[in-house]
Formats: sequence, C-alpha cells, structure tokens
Amino acid sequence: MNTYKNQPVVGLFITCLADLYRPEVGFATIQLLEDAGCKVEVPSQQTCCGQPAFNTGDFKQSAAIARQTIEAFDGYQYVVAPSGSCISMLHHYPELFDEKDPWKKRAEDLKARAFEITSFLVDVLQHSLSPSTFNSSITYHDSCSGLRELGIKDQPRQLLTQVEGVEIKEMQESETCCGFGGTFCVKYPDISNRMVGNKTHNIVDAGATTLLGGDLGCLLNMAGKLQREGHDVDVRHVVEVLAGMTDQPALGETKSTVKAG
Amino acid sequence: MNITSPDFKENARIALKDVGLQKALGNVKTGFPHKRATAMERLPEFDQLRDEARDLKNHIIEHLDLYLEAFEAKVLENGGHVHWCRTSEEAQKTILKICQEKNAKTVTKGKSMVTEEINLNEYLEANGVTPVETDLGEYILQLRGEHPSHIIAPAIHLNLEDVSETFHSHHHKPKSMDPAVLMQEAREELRNKFVAADVGITGANFLVAETGSSIIVTNEGNGDLTQILPKTHIVVTSIEKVVPTLEDMTLFLRLLARSATGQEFTVYNTLSTGPRQEGDQDGPEDYHVVLVDNGRSEMIASELREMLRCIRCAACMNHCPVYGAVGGHSYGWVYPGPMGSVLTPQMIGIEKGALLPNASTFCGKCESVCPVRIPLPKLMRYWRRNEFEKHLTPKTSRWGLGIWGFFAKRPALYRQLSKLSNATLRALSRKQARISKLPLARGWTEHRDMPAPSGKTFMQLWADKQQGQNKPQSEHYS
Ligand code: SF4
Repeated sequence: MNTYKNQPVVGLFITCLADLYRPEVGFATIQLLEDAGCKVEVPSQQTCCGQPAFNTGDFKQSAAIARQTIEAFDGYQYVVAPSGSCISMLHHYPELFDEKDPWKKRAEDLKARAFEITSFLVDVLQHSLSPSTFNSSITYHDSCSGLRELGIKDQPRQLLTQVEGVEIKEMQESETCCGFGGTFCVKYPDISNRMVGNKTHNIVDAGATTLLGGDLGCLLNMAGKLQREGHDVDVRHVVEVLAGMTDQPALGETKSTVKAG
Repeated sequence: MNITSPDFKENARIALKDVGLQKALGNVKTGFPHKRATAMERLPEFDQLRDEARDLKNHIIEHLDLYLEAFEAKVLENGGHVHWCRTSEEAQKTILKICQEKNAKTVTKGKSMVTEEINLNEYLEANGVTPVETDLGEYILQLRGEHPSHIIAPAIHLNLEDVSETFHSHHHKPKSMDPAVLMQEAREELRNKFVAADVGITGANFLVAETGSSIIVTNEGNGDLTQILPKTHIVVTSIEKVVPTLEDMTLFLRLLARSATGQEFTVYNTLSTGPRQEGDQDGPEDYHVVLVDNGRSEMIASELREMLRCIRCAACMNHCPVYGAVGGHSYGWVYPGPMGSVLTPQMIGIEKGALLPNASTFCGKCESVCPVRIPLPKLMRYWRRNEFEKHLTPKTSRWGLGIWGFFAKRPALYRQLSKLSNATLRALSRKQARISKLPLARGWTEHRDMPAPSGKTFMQLWADKQQGQNKPQSEHYS
C-alpha cells in the first residue's frame, strides 16, 4: 500500500452534504487526520456515493457510480469520510457486481480501506486527540448506518471525553432513527415528521446545550426540527468539536454561542 | 379482505392523527422492546442461538421437500390427513370441503395468520359455516368486524375503552372497565361455542417432521380447547413451518418466546400428533393438516429466500419506528411492519404493495432484533429494485434520479451543480442561516426548517486553498 514519507495516505471522501452544506466538516476532518499523522488528499473525481440510486433500486446507476468512486480512490491506503451512512454505502459496493466481474474484487478492496472518521481515529489509528476545549454539555445521536452497519457507538464518545469541558448527557433512545432516511423524509413526510418529533422530544429532555452526531443528513433533519419548534439546542457534526473548530455558528444559526477554548 | 396497501400514505396520515390509536401504539413501543431486552440479558447465549437458528432454517429451506414429505408420512402413519394447497383458493376450498363433510355449522378458531392470509373467515361465512375466533384479541376483532393489526397481538391498536364499549354492545351486560371482568365475560360467551363447535381450526407455529406433530404456542389456552373439543381438528399452516426434530423445535421455541413477548417460555405449548388414539382420553376423531404454499416455493428460488426463515415473532414490528408511528392497519393487508413489507408484495403483487418496502428509512433496527437474522432492509431493497426494473417507480422519482445520475457520473459538472445549489440555498436563506419555505422541498419545509449552507462548497474552498498554497493537487502517491 502507498504511503508518503511513512505517513498513511488518506483520500477524503467529502460526501455530498458536507460539500454542499457544511465545508467546515471537511476541514475539521482533514485537521483531525493530519493531527493523527496522515497525509490527506481530496480526489477530484469523486461525487456522490450512489446511495440515492441504490436505495431507489436503480442498481445499474449505482454500479456506474461505484466504479467511478473506486477509480477515484484507487491507490489510497485509506478512504475516510465524515459519515457512517456514505461509508456504509461504499461497503455495499461488492453487492453491485457479479462474482465474475473484475470490479467485484476492486469493490471488496475499497471496502476494506473505507472508514468513517471517528472509527478510523479510534479503531485503526488508535489516536489520542490534540488538546482542545469545548465548554458545553452535549448529547449524541447514533445515526443508524454507522451504528448498525459499522458498529460505531463508543468511538465518538471515547474521543469526546478527550475534549476539555465536554459533558455528555445521553438522551433516551439515542439509537432510534431520526426519520431522515434520505429520500424517505420527502416521500413520507408525515411519518418522518413524527419520527423527528419523537427525536427532538428526547433531545430536549436530555437538557444538553449541543446535539452532536456523525451524519449530516440526520443532523440537518434534527436541527431543522429543533429550530421549527423553537428549541435552543445547537447542532453540530462531531468532528467540529473534536477538531476544536467551533468558531463558526452551529447548523442553521447565524452566530456562534459556545466557543472553543 | 379489502386490500388498502396502495393507499398506505393516506392510511398513515389518518393513523397519525388518530388519538386513540396513537395512545395504544405508545404501549407497543414501551412494552415489547423492553421485555425482549430483559429476556435477552438473562440468556447470554441468545446471539449464539440466533446464529444456530439461522443456519438450521437455511438447512431446512434447502431440503424443504424432504422434510415436508417426512412430515406427511408421519401424519399419515398417525392416522391423519395432509392437504397440499398451492393457492389461497385451493386452501379455502379444501377446508370448506372438510367442514361440509362433517356437516359443520360452526368452527372454533385459534389464532392463525395463515387463515387471515387465505381470507378464510369471509369464505366460510359466505358458504354457511360460522367461524368463531377464540383468541381474546381475535374475538374482540371479530365482534368489531376488524382484522389484526399485529401478528401476535392482533388487537394492539385498541384501548381498554374500545374493548369495554364493544363487549357492552355485543354481550348486553353492564359496561365494565375492569380487564378481569371483561375477560370473564369473553370466557362465558366462548364456553358454549367451544362445546358446540363441529370443527376446530388452529394454525401451527412449527411442524415436526420427526413425529408428524404440529405445535401451537399461546398464553390463553384457547388453542387447546379449539383442537381438543371438536370432533375434527384442522391445522392450517404454511410450508416453511416444518422443522426436523422435536429438539430443533425447542431451539425455536426459546427464541420465539423471548423475541415476541420477552417470556422465557410461552404459557401453553400444545403439540398435536394425529387423531385420538386408542386409550387417549380426549382429542379429535379426525386430524387434517392443510399446507399452504401461496407463493412460498417461488420464494425459495428467489432473492427473497431468506424471508422463509421468519418464525412470526413480531420483534421487527415491535421495534420499527414506522410501525410504531402508523400501526399495522396502515399497511393495508395481513402482514404489517418490516416482515410485512417484504411478504406483502410477494403475495398481493408489487403493483399493489410497492409503497410498503419504500416506507422504511433502512434504519436496520428490524434486522438487528430478528431472531433468525433476516436481512429485512436488503429484502425491502430487493422490492425497490424489482419496482424500478418494472418501471413502476413513480415518474418524478425516476426523472429526479436520472438527472441526478447524469451529474453524479460527471464530476466536473457535479461540482458546478453543487456550487449552484449551494449559492441558491444561501441566497434563499437571506442571511438567516435557514430557510422555512422551499417550494421544491415542501415535504421537508412543511415540518421543519432547512439549515442553509454555512459558506461556499467544500470543493470550492478546497480549490481556493490549494491555489493559495500554490501547489497543484496531485492525485496519487506511489
Ligand atoms: S422477520 Fe424476524 S423479527 Fe420479524 S417476525 Fe419474522 S422472525 Fe420475527
């Protein structure tokens, strides 16, 4: 595998939502990876992981996008994304190719190299964070794909305990789906609304200042609902806090309330 | 039974506003999952048993013909009869014929989802035979003219007030809100019916090839009376229920009770092995097993094969946030929840059932609790693929996906599209950092705000940064 001056070389899979909504998530991820001694690049041939096509049942289109992603990340020792959902999709790529298809092997190979950021830092690099401070109580939503397909539960919490000033207040049912589900939230808006309403109820009950999670889709959904309901809970991607990059306002806010130390 | 699966969205909308239903559903959410979790904790090898059960089921499905024939041979040897029915209609006719041969006026029935699947009650009634449901939940539903909304707790959508009201209007007794009194009332009503019935019909949780037995598990004991008292006992069940030996059966019983109700063992586990034998004190004179296929053997050869492992424990629906929000009737046919979203399109056709496998966020909770590890999200995705390939996916979705795919396969253009979307969203937010009305995403903004992008796209900023550092971005290292 390729290394650069003995550094692990990581290709950042930025994900559509971080690219479109929250560039800070990308920069925070890069900073965490660089602090951990990685050389980070952003392959320009990447687009979406293909999940919308896959979950709509358009396997042909998914396979075309999978091939493109596989090529874009060829040669990187690791592929890391700030999303459990998109990395889970990369892990589904082998299902898109027949046994005899040479792409199958390449898909398996990509799968073995693809990690969500908190799991990469903890499980692969076993890295301790650089000192940072975030004076806030937080509550953590376990996004479904990361939790159930990649086993991400303790990793973000383990990292958060290394941040000075963070107090974790767990919510009830942190493992229950927030109702986002990609296109589900617009195809079944009433059901999705009920699910996110249950979620915000539990978030508010937890009494934390900030809600954190590892997937922007879920975070946008919960932030939008909290704001519509008039609750004063900041919503951020966990990497912002881990990288000490909390100067910018939380999702959907105009100014920052809790500052990094 | 009237199929309303094509109206799933409308059903769900109504269900979400139904105060009584929502109250009743609250009990599902807190009750079953908690009980299951406690039972699991007390059995450290639970997950290992799940693996064993999955492997054993796979083995059975692989050799289904063999085990079914072995089962049949044993039933015949014990003096019973076996009827193979390819379709619901065949099963209906077979059962009616047995009833008519016995001149049956009324039949008592234990709880059975397969008889729901073949719409047996309506058929018998239309042909002059009166079915009487003896499971308390089913009995309540029969009085109300409703169908089950859950596969193990059929009347879970009702509250005590509903039951009290129903009994009051049918039993003509003073209204009571005491469950014990209501139970007693039902008992009294049913007692005479048990005795009067000419035929008893039960389902089966499992069929045992080794002995030719069928087993039902209940918490009320109604099944026992249903199958012991009448002269004729008909077991109506489906072909995937067979297991090789009694010992194998116990593996499934342990998983079933814990996954379903959190019990270590269900209260009544009743085996029937053929008609009354010489020296037996009770039991039916005639014993029939009606084996229903109804699309199952087709599933063996398809990607849905794994669904045949299902032991109907209902854990998937008990833990499903969509089921928990809309209840079982919204699904519009017999089987609700995640397992129903896989089975229904197979049995009523994807044309009518397509909304069900789409009504999932793929959160994966169902798969994580399934005692036989059925990959339910994967099987729901199978149906979405099937729907897409048959061009049944709604046009707007197809077009949207087509346009999106065009860009997603062209990275440079995709960058431009992201840039444009990003700028548009920011403009629409009018510096408020969020948008409360977005015409193209009404489904979203009807219920929540849309946070606006916090700046330019990452890719733009990254390119700017790279340029600032004045070094070209290389793609590969070696
Ligand atoms: S699919 Fe699994 S969890 Fe659902 S009813 Fe069947 S066995 Fe139980």
